[in-house]
Amino acid sequence: MLNDFIQQFGPSTVGGLVVGSIYALVALGYTMVYGVLRLINFAHSEIFMIGTFATLFVLSLVAPGPLSGLALVGMLVLLFVAAMAISGGAAVLLELLAYRPLRKRNAPRLAALISAIGASVFLQELFALVVIPDVFNRPGRIDAPVPRLLDRDTVFTVFGAEVKTDHLVIIISAVVMMVALDQLVVRTRIGRGIRATAQDPEAAVLMGVNIDTIVRLTFLLGGAMAGVAAVLYALEFENISFRIGFVLGIKAFTAAVLGGIGNIRGALVGGIALGLVENWGAIFFGSQWKDVIAFVILVVVLLFRPTGILGESLQRARA
Amino acid sequence: MSPRPRIGSPLERARSAVGGLGDTVRDWWAQASRWQRWVVYLLLLLLAIAAPSPVIGSFMSPYTDWTSLLFNPIGTYILLAIGLNIVVGHAGLLDLGYVAFFAIGAYTLAYLGVKHGFTFWPTLILGMVLAAVSGVILGAPTLRLRGDYLAIVTLGFGEIVRITAINTNEIGGARGLTPVPHPPDLLGVEFLLDPLPYYYLVLAMIVLAIVFSLRLERSRVGRAWTAIREDEDAAELMGVPTFKFKLLAFAIGAMIGGLAGVVWSGKVIFIAPTNFPFILSATILAAVLLGGSGNMPGVIVGAFLIAWLPERFRGFADYRILVFGAALVIMMALRPQGLLPSRRRSAEMAEHSAGSAMGAEVADPGAAPVEVRK
Repeated sequence: MLNDFIQQFGPSTVGGLVVGSIYALVALGYTMVYGVLRLINFAHSEIFMIGTFATLFVLSLVAPGPLSGLALVGMLVLLFVAAMAISGGAAVLLELLAYRPLRKRNAPRLAALISAIGASVFLQELFALVVIPDVFNRPGRIDAPVPRLLDRDTVFTVFGAEVKTDHLVIIISAVVMMVALDQLVVRTRIGRGIRATAQDPEAAVLMGVNIDTIVRLTFLLGGAMAGVAAVLYALEFENISFRIGFVLGIKAFTAAVLGGIGNIRGALVGGIALGLVENWGAIFFGSQWKDVIAFVILVVVLLFRPTGILGESLQRARA
Repeated sequence: MSPRPRIGSPLERARSAVGGLGDTVRDWWAQASRWQRWVVYLLLLLLAIAAPSPVIGSFMSPYTDWTSLLFNPIGTYILLAIGLNIVVGHAGLLDLGYVAFFAIGAYTLAYLGVKHGFTFWPTLILGMVLAAVSGVILGAPTLRLRGDYLAIVTLGFGEIVRITAINTNEIGGARGLTPVPHPPDLLGVEFLLDPLPYYYLVLAMIVLAIVFSLRLERSRVGRAWTAIREDEDAAELMGVPTFKFKLLAFAIGAMIGGLAGVVWSGKVIFIAPTNFPFILSATILAAVLLGGSGNMPGVIVGAFLIAWLPERFRGFADYRILVFGAALVIMMALRPQGLLPSRRRSAEMAEHSAGSAMGAEVADPGAAPVEVRK
């Protein structure tokens, strides 16, 4: 057992970092919306799902085949822009149609949650019944393969783990995006508005913050990050379907809570921690128990540190 | 109390149109005398007993066997919704993994029946106890946490139970368990393939659960739950042991979920982990909130509609789940407090009590002023 662990430790760690980065990117959307609205945006997982199909759409339009070097970077940028635009747009639309009417009415948060669950079901079925058959000419409920974009060559080996090009691309893109978002929230005027709203919406309004704009921006940013995650996911796992968001969404929300919900750096820490721990745990218990391990970890962490690893709240993202 | 006059957007007018009927019924009920209420109870019970008749069935369900529908999903959903209502509606705890308790009840009967030859009735008690105990085990560490964490932890628990069922060969693994024993003969009635006796069984359980739940609601326990739901800190300061009562709500809700699981699995012969997906938890929660959480008639109506509408419109086949999702969104926009909210809940809504509303809740300058009714 211990021998297994030592042997598989390296590869598991790399695998954990890769899924962890994707969890972290999706977790950002949950954490920012929660920070500003105190709402579990249940349909965020569908925003991610939409991003994966945007990726597939662009790839099937361009059909570049495996790339490397500058062409790869260019293609990645194109994919990121497309997926961020579509996911971000979908998130803004979601806010406008599903949440704004409730928010204007001071509806209870449970009502918003049901609205979110409804939107999630609706979007999944919309893709299964309409979008996938009509746009992609594929059976709606069957997994769609994503063409390979980059060859997986080993770049270097560390502790017996082969670190390949796709791993590097994912981890680097995720970190760059998260740093960019963090700087946006910490340094810019928009970020200050978001932090102010998270801290005290009424005072923020009195100080001249336009709450509607801030909420829309929060959804846009969260959706865009889900779009980035979607591109990376599609590149790595090369298999997507209309229900892809569900488990990933739960995991990402777990990651957000784990790191301290409402905290942007917490999402990064929580995502990476969750990815690592479930991959390490899988060595001992088998990969079919991965999801159970993730939730047990969540309960344990919440018991001993109810505010998550880094603590809650967006306004203290400065840390 | 007359419906509030509304001026403003079409959305506002649609809201009051949807709400008007529910409010009228509720207000009549509030001032109805004792005998009037008993007449209504009696009529409703007679209606429930007469429900399986083909006359009603031909209208209600032209596509599938109506009596089967009355047992599952309608009866099962109502029983589950009554149980979840105690957790969500009374104590105000958000449980997104309620299906776990349903699964525990169902697996208790399936496992003990298939592998150890247990019969229905002792297992019914055992299943309820097991579900309640698992509710306490889940609740004890997590109920000290804030509401949203509770939501994600319960959601995780639902998934853990399902994945554990898939991965454990002793209870059938992914292939499931069969044949789950039927209940033994009762008063000369045989429980075989005919769905009718099962419907009356679930109806009896529903009546018991309703009486139990209503008595609880009006007891000291129920008042404690209301206090916790409205303001947990204030309740604690007033000497309500909030943790104990939250745990109690969780255990009782779990127990009714377990009951529903045992009764359900007593008919279906074959159960598998795929019978207990997350979407079932979401559906039951939607039923409770759609009907009006905390209000028994509302919850029953909500569960009935959620169970019945997709079956009634099987003509739309594939699109019914799509419509279900859209309907949830539209319904919540039109009437976020549910179809038939309790009077107390309506009052809470009007005051938009702190803590329960969404954040960033600054009133829109264009919106009608919030009227505080005292």
